[in-house]
Amino acid sequence: MSIKRTVALLLFSSCLSVSNISSAVEISQATMLANSCAACHGTHGKSPGAIPAINGKSASFIIQSLKDFTSGARPSTVMGRHASGYSEKEIKLIAEFFSKQ
Amino acid sequence: MSSYDRRRFLQLIGSSGMLMASMNPLSAFAMSGSPSARVIVVGGGFGGATCAKYLNMFDPSLSITLIEPSKRFKTCPFSNAVLSGFQNMESISHSYKAHENRGINVVHDKVTQIDNTNKTVVLSGGEKLSYDKLVLSPGIDFKWDLVEGMQASDAATIPHAWQGGTQTTLLRNQLVSMRDGGTIIVAPPGNPFRCPPGPYERVSLIAHYLKQHKPKSKILILDAKSKFSKQSLFMQGWDKLYPGMIEWVADEKGGRIDEIDVKNNIVHTELGSKHKADVINFIPPQKAGLIAHTAGLTNSDGWCPVNQRTFESKMQADIHIIGDASIAGKMPKSGFAANSQGKVCAAAIVSAIHGKTMPEPSYVNTCYSLVSPDYGISVAAVYRYSNDKGIYKVKGSGGVSPKNADKVFRQQEARYAKGWYDSITADSFG
Repeated sequence: MSIKRTVALLLFSSCLSVSNISSAVEISQATMLANSCAACHGTHGKSPGAIPAINGKSASFIIQSLKDFTSGARPSTVMGRHASGYSEKEIKLIAEFFSKQ
Repeated sequence: MSSYDRRRFLQLIGSSGMLMASMNPLSAFAMSGSPSARVIVVGGGFGGATCAKYLNMFDPSLSITLIEPSKRFKTCPFSNAVLSGFQNMESISHSYKAHENRGINVVHDKVTQIDNTNKTVVLSGGEKLSYDKLVLSPGIDFKWDLVEGMQASDAATIPHAWQGGTQTTLLRNQLVSMRDGGTIIVAPPGNPFRCPPGPYERVSLIAHYLKQHKPKSKILILDAKSKFSKQSLFMQGWDKLYPGMIEWVADEKGGRIDEIDVKNNIVHTELGSKHKADVINFIPPQKAGLIAHTAGLTNSDGWCPVNQRTFESKMQADIHIIGDASIAGKMPKSGFAANSQGKVCAAAIVSAIHGKTMPEPSYVNTCYSLVSPDYGISVAAVYRYSNDKGIYKVKGSGGVSPKNADKVFRQQEARYAKGWYDSITADSFG
């Protein structure tokens, strides 16, 4: 291959890479919210110990659970005090996040 | 290829590299196979280890270096279980293998200087490492000058055990050596300090040990404060489990120690009383970890003012400070808070590197305390950020465990305390 063509190819593929990389990393609101659950429920919701794992639970289950913890319909030791800190919209984002883990 | 062609080829590559750089300086690194940016994290505790891990999770193309003196991090959380005798040091020790497996460069050394103009840190051996962004999570240091008669080296005989590892072992050994019928003084400092409920969990679990092995012994709490975290819950538990064993003296009743006679194991208080004890656990007043002071990042109180959204220092650009050393609004100084801040800080840094708006921060803390191995209590809070309030508690959420809880509830919280430890150490170090 000629030098000119090599460089042209490099530039072309680099331009493709620029657009891939600069748009690749955007941290969602769902991720930000869900990350605050990891200290107790484990990274990605995969709990290694006594606290229930929440990865892969259905979004509707998580939403209903957090709603019931907040209202007290479902008794809890600490979850009522946590769930009440999030809005309905935030709960939906959190639930969808963990349902995919 | 002739040498002329090779030279011409390299010149063309060089100029195309400059073209790439003009599009987005940091992306240019990634395209040529170099990292999108270099981040150094100083301190491998709950804050630093979590930050490094989440930086890598958010952006695997980052070059991340984690600098931490210890090869195995020994936690303060659950060190009280070691003092009590129902856990050993190994169970609270954590390696950095998982970080290394993620491609994070772990350096076991100390940072002695920061040159933020040239963006380098200097290690104890003189080696210099370069950064684009720097995160400090240096924990605490002690204000030894605030009490007469005591200096840093005296912690070898009067342990604070407020930094994990050898201090924990030292205090444990003193408790084991103590005669039945002896007196232990636990002296918590004034606010703000690392782990507000910590000294009182310590008292509880030492009492648990004494009840089983040295039941004639007593614990005297000489407090520089007028009240403490989860006070009514602790006192309720103490009355139930360790009646007559624990006495708490508030600041205004003579709790504040102003002098320690190290040779004779006697403490003197501001109101003129003095107490001799078999074991003295003096927890000194605190300030940010040493490197924060050396680098000129602390205020007159000894803590680091930061933008509470991004944790970037208010005093120097491109340096972020998280964990105990930082002033983080309404968040307490705790391992849990440091882990939470580590993630928010990582999100802020990665967003800045890629020219994106960071998501609205969300922070959290839960402090679990064991009054005994199967009696747990907790305080929880959820936080948000606003420009006028900084980090504030979300109204209508959080709080402490109920006063009127039954034995089953307390047992469940104790189980969750252990579960929390397993989860957070996996989240931070795994």
